Amino acid sequence: MILHVDKITMQFGGIKAINELSFSIKDKEIYGLIGPNGAGKTTAFNVITGNYIPSSGSIKFENKDVVGVKPHKIVKLGIARTFQNIRLFKSMSVMDNILIGFDSAMHYTYLESILRLPRFFSEEKKSRQKAKEIMEYFGLLEFEHHKASELSYGNQRKVEIARAIATNPKLLLLDEPAAGMNPAETKELATLIKKAKDDFDISILLIEHDMKFVNHLCDRVLVLDYGKMIFEGKPSEAIKNEEVVSAYLGDFIHD
Amino acid sequence: MSKIKTLQLMAIMLTILLMWLAQNHLDDYSLRILTTIAIFIILATSYNLINGITGQLSLEPNGFVAVGAYVTALLLISSDAKLDMYQLAEPSPWLLLLNTTLVPALFFSGVVSAILAFILAFPVFRVRGDYLAIVTLGFGFIIRVFAVNTPAVTNGAIGLNDIPSSVNLYWAGAFAMATVLIMLNIIYSKYGRGMKAVRDDEDAASAMGVNTFKIKTYAFMTSAFFEGVGGGLLAVFLTTISPDIFTFFLTFQLIIIIVLGGLGSMTGTIIGAFLVIGGGEWLRVLDEEVNFLGLHIDAHPGMRMVVFSVILIVVMIFAREGIMGKRELTDLFRRVKK
Repeated sequence: MILHVDKITMQFGGIKAINELSFSIKDKEIYGLIGPNGAGKTTAFNVITGNYIPSSGSIKFENKDVVGVKPHKIVKLGIARTFQNIRLFKSMSVMDNILIGFDSAMHYTYLESILRLPRFFSEEKKSRQKAKEIMEYFGLLEFEHHKASELSYGNQRKVEIARAIATNPKLLLLDEPAAGMNPAETKELATLIKKAKDDFDISILLIEHDMKFVNHLCDRVLVLDYGKMIFEGKPSEAIKNEEVVSAYLGDFIHD
Repeated sequence: MSKIKTLQLMAIMLTILLMWLAQNHLDDYSLRILTTIAIFIILATSYNLINGITGQLSLEPNGFVAVGAYVTALLLISSDAKLDMYQLAEPSPWLLLLNTTLVPALFFSGVVSAILAFILAFPVFRVRGDYLAIVTLGFGFIIRVFAVNTPAVTNGAIGLNDIPSSVNLYWAGAFAMATVLIMLNIIYSKYGRGMKAVRDDEDAASAMGVNTFKIKTYAFMTSAFFEGVGGGLLAVFLTTISPDIFTFFLTFQLIIIIVLGGLGSMTGTIIGAFLVIGGGEWLRVLDEEVNFLGLHIDAHPGMRMVVFSVILIVVMIFAREGIMGKRELTDLFRRVKK
């Protein structure tokens, strides 16, 4: 059990964006979070990554309580994320984007960088080498010196995942990784995510609307509607579940 | 890496050579302009670190420059001179004990500014964007009000004069070069990358493990340190300072320099400093009456500012991100190589 979410509620004014949500993610599992727009999926991500502090409930990551821990510290504990709308550092090169992921792994002080002491060079060299390996893995090496904003949409998605992997996470949160991709790209991405899971030894929690993608990739899914869990189990069963279907398509079918 | 180092070394050698040529062949007036430009390079590059690189729109550099100028001035003026000078109030007794030489005085100026920046960081970085601008703007005003209203320390509106002068082009140039080199070393390190990441997307930066508050505070303190040092140099260069010098207009000039040169480019900032400070002086000819081929135009004081503004507008139309954008000189060479 790598992540254990227990009865978290996130309240914004009078609205409960998440209502007593509980779930656990096993080691090396790909767990899907699905549900209609506004169901509270991204809010759940923001609660796990420390951007929001839940109104109640607890979140345990590797048996450590992470509620109230600042986002940049949660990354150090081993939770990394991507964003629904790509949020790369647009003016920076692909290399620099990936290197940001190594920020907490590089150990030299401010003064050491100003004076260019030996540790600066050795640490930078080490991280650059690792960054190149990750870029090669994701097929991004040829874009090393390109500005992130110059890349195609599909490649920007890849840079975002590569950047998250660079933080050396144990749990990776992917917010709609296949959004805006065509079927061929989606298929390629699914293969890549599955492979990366094994090669980097990580568990994955992902939000996605493309059911084919979810079906192909996820071991288990959780369906959210109005902040509440309405289904948890195998993706193939989720599609058959009446409550899930009505949450997506509306009740009128049954009338 | 080594290519960049060679380029840096060449730039340093060239600057030293040009300074030597200037010192030996130019008149006093031109030398004073060049020294002013060197001091403004220090102020503008350090301002660019917080404003252009880290993307925090702050409007307080006049405050830090003032602090630096006053600290250096108070450390350099002898106690006898202070007793003579203070007319509005008796100088505070501890002021008379302060006396050092130039380099430690400049260092203290930087340290005092940096400490103020550290204290200011806590309220300032709770707010973002427009609010940040307003809060920092307030700080600049507070420092000025403080300078006017504490005659026992600052000699009030009269200001300080007879600051022992020892700054020439070499001094200012050496400090300017050191500042630029330190800025570049910061920018091309994990701290500089963190600053740029904060500028591009603060939430994404913290989602990648960057402690954004710490990074912003580092940038702010570094910027304040060098603005303090630059302020100290300015005080020694002018030999007379008063609260009037450190109005918002100073900040405004720095903004023009970094926007014109390119927010986030040190090379651009240097070019901007030459254009704005040098240009302001070299265009003076426009204020005088012109007799050219029998054509007579009366003197129009202020004409140079009109022409200057037109130049600014033209540059901003054709290079919206400033002359250099976010690029450095080394980036241009890298592009050629490809």
